[in-house]
Amino acid sequence: MLEVIWLIPAFPLAGFLLILLFGRRLGDPKAGYLAATMVLASFVVAVGAFFDLRTMPAEERQHVEVLFSWVPVSSLHIDMAFLADPLSLTMCLFVTGVGFLIHLYAVGYMHGDPKFSKFFLYMNLFVTSMVVLVLGENLLVTFLGWEGVGTCSYFLISFWHTRDSAATAGKKAFITNRVGDWGVMLAMFWSFQAIGSVSYSALNGAAESGALARSTATAIAMLLFVGAVGKSAQLPLYLWLPDAMEGPTPVSALIHAATMVTAGVFLMTRVSPVLEASAVWAPQVIAWIGALTALFAASIAVAQNDIKKVLAYSTVSQLGYMFLAIGSGAYVAAIFHMVTHAFFKALLFLGAGSVIHGMHHEQDMRRMGQIRRYMPITAGTFIVGWLAIAGVPPFAGFWSKDEILLFVLADNIALYVIGIVTALLTAYYMTRQVIMVFFGEAKWESHAEEHGAHGEFKPHESPPIMLIPLVVLAGLAIVGGLIQLPSFGWVPSGAQHQLENWTEPVIEFAEADIAGTWADGHKLILIGIAVASGLIGIALAWLVYQRKRFRPVEPQLLEEGWKYDQTVSAFMGGPGRKAFEAVAWFDSAVVDGAVHGVARLVRGSAGEIRKAQTGNVRNYAGIVGVGVVLLLAWFVIFRGVM
Amino acid sequence: MHGGTLAFPILSMLVFVPVAGALLITLLSKRRPEYMKLVAAVSSIVTGAMSVWLVAEFDGHATGFQFVSKHTWIEQWGISWHLGVDGISLFLIVLTGVLFPLAILGIDPHNDDPARDKPYFAWLLLLEAGVMGSFLSLDLFLFFVFFEIVLVPMYFLIGGWGYEGRVQAATKFFLYTMIGSAFMLVSIIATVFIASRNGVGHVTFDLVEIAEHASFAASTGRWLFFGFAVAFAVKVPIFPLHTWLPDAHTQAPTAGSVVLAGVMLKLGTYGLLRFGLYLFPEASLWSRHLWLSLAVIGIIYGAIAATMQKDLKRLVAYSSVAHLGFIVLGIFAVTSQALTGAVMQMVNHGVSTGALFLLVGMIYERRHTRQIADLKGIQAVAPIFAATFMIVMLSSIGVPGLNGFVGEYLILIGAFLSARWYVVVAATGVILAALYLLWAYQRVFHGEPDDDNKTFAELKMKEAAVLLPFIGVIVFTGVYPKPMLERIEPAVDALIAHVETRTGHVAPQPTTIVIDEVTHEEGEG
Repeated sequence: MLEVIWLIPAFPLAGFLLILLFGRRLGDPKAGYLAATMVLASFVVAVGAFFDLRTMPAEERQHVEVLFSWVPVSSLHIDMAFLADPLSLTMCLFVTGVGFLIHLYAVGYMHGDPKFSKFFLYMNLFVTSMVVLVLGENLLVTFLGWEGVGTCSYFLISFWHTRDSAATAGKKAFITNRVGDWGVMLAMFWSFQAIGSVSYSALNGAAESGALARSTATAIAMLLFVGAVGKSAQLPLYLWLPDAMEGPTPVSALIHAATMVTAGVFLMTRVSPVLEASAVWAPQVIAWIGALTALFAASIAVAQNDIKKVLAYSTVSQLGYMFLAIGSGAYVAAIFHMVTHAFFKALLFLGAGSVIHGMHHEQDMRRMGQIRRYMPITAGTFIVGWLAIAGVPPFAGFWSKDEILLFVLADNIALYVIGIVTALLTAYYMTRQVIMVFFGEAKWESHAEEHGAHGEFKPHESPPIMLIPLVVLAGLAIVGGLIQLPSFGWVPSGAQHQLENWTEPVIEFAEADIAGTWADGHKLILIGIAVASGLIGIALAWLVYQRKRFRPVEPQLLEEGWKYDQTVSAFMGGPGRKAFEAVAWFDSAVVDGAVHGVARLVRGSAGEIRKAQTGNVRNYAGIVGVGVVLLLAWFVIFRGVM
Repeated sequence: MHGGTLAFPILSMLVFVPVAGALLITLLSKRRPEYMKLVAAVSSIVTGAMSVWLVAEFDGHATGFQFVSKHTWIEQWGISWHLGVDGISLFLIVLTGVLFPLAILGIDPHNDDPARDKPYFAWLLLLEAGVMGSFLSLDLFLFFVFFEIVLVPMYFLIGGWGYEGRVQAATKFFLYTMIGSAFMLVSIIATVFIASRNGVGHVTFDLVEIAEHASFAASTGRWLFFGFAVAFAVKVPIFPLHTWLPDAHTQAPTAGSVVLAGVMLKLGTYGLLRFGLYLFPEASLWSRHLWLSLAVIGIIYGAIAATMQKDLKRLVAYSSVAHLGFIVLGIFAVTSQALTGAVMQMVNHGVSTGALFLLVGMIYERRHTRQIADLKGIQAVAPIFAATFMIVMLSSIGVPGLNGFVGEYLILIGAFLSARWYVVVAATGVILAALYLLWAYQRVFHGEPDDDNKTFAELKMKEAAVLLPFIGVIVFTGVYPKPMLERIEPAVDALIAHVETRTGHVAPQPTTIVIDEVTHEEGEG
């Protein structure tokens, strides 16, 4: 299957083109099924390629498929080429796999929307771009996908574009991402200047062989990280992600939780040798930004009341974890967490979508409660997702979070403390959400009137097409940890470190070696701390929200996200806008004003000179007379005539 | 002087066919207005077809000028009818050839009196001949003649068929460009006579002969270059000489704006390449930091000014200032990638901005306003129109997979080799481009349509037929730019080699590190 690796993007691209041409005729639900089938076909190809690669010896697990020469100018050769290796295929598997489930779900969720087929048009284009991003053999092909997913994200966030907030959110996402793209572009330019190529094999090869100067490696790695900060919503560019919740919920699940936002983590893993070859402070910057983002976003999530906003800040926080892993040299753990997070966060978002669907588009958790009675399957699967993200064993999130924290402790104890506090907060705000939505008291009856429901208003369970993806994802969120079990005595040695062994060819150069560190020798204690922090978080939230022993702590400041968004918006709308207006004023008043000034001067002076042409003979004679006198005077005085 | 040759004088015909069309229109009776458009369409389509044929016959591997046509005109002064095409001018010729029929067919002038169709189409065809001639001329005198001819039809098109402020805009455009041209005329005459005594040996206006043989003293060359540079800087336009452009663009009829943005601005950038870098390599390199600075200022300044415009056409006009800044940056970076990108971007900008002006023209036809504030929610009522606008806009923003990206990327990656810090600043222009276009798009197309915009008509078949070629080029060139790049590059490399031998300057190259595992799949080339 490796030779036809291009089929992975080709199927959803075909779906995009078919829906472009026949979408309206196919309509609801056929267009949705077509789109889902195309993503499933991609998944099948990815599975085939995965098994092909597994049969090969570990060091040969790499296949480059060149389609055509894309941008060839003189010393610059950039091919449209795909790279199939353990990393790209792992990405492809969960992107297409989770993507398929979300497509399926969306057939139910988007049912009845007047732009039903257009939704799947964008979704298939998104999947195409996303797999191009991960399959790229060089930075430019990745950048093609990178911008493609950004553009699709813009389309899908502003899908309900007659709503001003949705239109604004889409624009904000695109422009903020462009700030990051600036970094990615400069990184490519720098790479070309330093090694004459933008392909990963050349760049990583140069880094591994030591041919890449430390300063160059640092510059490239940091510039790519600027891009990653934009795409993966880290401080200070995370602003767009909470607003992106304006999009339909399947979009939030697919793009803003499971796949696109992890692109930054993927990119840093892809160029891990370059990061390894950079200055010592470069990975530390990444780790600190990741850790601070994780903590910062988790603190905001504690005080959100919109069911999707909680999950959005949670995503920002979990992405911070992944960057914390990258900065600590735990690339395997970062990918591991990326995969498990894709399972449980997609599950949580889809569950939230199911609740919103069942509650007739209510998103405020203060108007929910007791929903588990009416939506048992949604509630059950959501609870699985909750336990997974809270780090309760043996759910998937526990394993991946634990692996990250292990590497972090080996690296820096301060970061480890931040990680543990974040884990506690995560368990706390997720428990809060589960109680507010599914337990507690039913608060929606009092609002029945507003929803236009006559008589009794009751939440209703979603249709099977939405529930099947939930159940499958819940299953994955339970067993996802199996792909990378730690090395303990009671874990069969054949089942340990599966993901690490599989991705070894890609990450072995940069992966931190923690063997022999204190952390490595005391894994059981670490597990104890991690589990305890999760359980404390759950218990606290349970006491506060279920048993009501304490008053909830939800300060206004946290609800408003530390006022960061407001400050930035105020700056953009205030001094920023004033500066732009000043430039526009300068252009019309000064630059163009000078042009008009010259024109006026010419016209004015010409007008004055014209006045001399009076046509009056006596005037002319007078001027001639004066002229003669002056001329004679000049001859007499200066030339000494006479 | 080798490469493609044809028994048929195709280059001369590219100039003569539109002239013949214009003459035919002036001879036709005023009472038969329906023939005017027909003649204009036929002659521009024939010209366009010939320009496409030219690409097919063009020898991509040859350097130097092809299909050369040379006839002595004024022997004692060494002036001749000397036309030729190379990779630098090839796609500008095609762009001109294809853009004119689309502008003629795509949008009708708003004439109350059908008799006024006659001068309108005649002027448009004369304009086409002038532009073609400018891109093809290899004789300084001939170039000057064509360069000046272009002004006259454009002046009348803006003044005669423009909008409310047309007379002032036309006058400003004419005077501004004329002053620039005056400098150039002086420089041309001085160049010819100084060259005749410094290396050339006889009086000739032949571009190639002067460029290859003349050796100017550094200070002389700089003064001569200055004269040319002023004319081209106005035409591009380069900050701070740009203020004629928003007025001219806004006031011109749609076809005029399409041609103005599409091809006429490129006379400036093309001139900087052909008559700046080629004729005065030393002076060009000597002054490059000035050009690079003005280019970067133009990119940022144009984008910021575009953001704050209230008139859609003015916004697109200011975006041109920013885009042309990228092209100037590419020219004076003088590396293979940057120059190839600059040439390519001249064409790309013509395609995307041409299409944008057509779309804005269609909005004006429907709503009789260009004010962003008057428009709202159009995507809800005209989704196909909105989607078309979106694709063109994304090309203008420079999203990869579409044409605008390839040129911009090549300019920046090439310029990074020779002018790193300029590129670091210039690249922020891609953020600003997203800002002003997406904000404008949101205000015009998103939101709930109000009463005035509820009846906004969807794209018509005829309009779609005109826009489809634009979309096709935008997507094709973005996905597969190789056919274009491999025809441009030999000419660009020859130009760089010329600059290098004349000045001793060496264009920087990337470091190449040989690693065993890395093998490059060379294209069949």
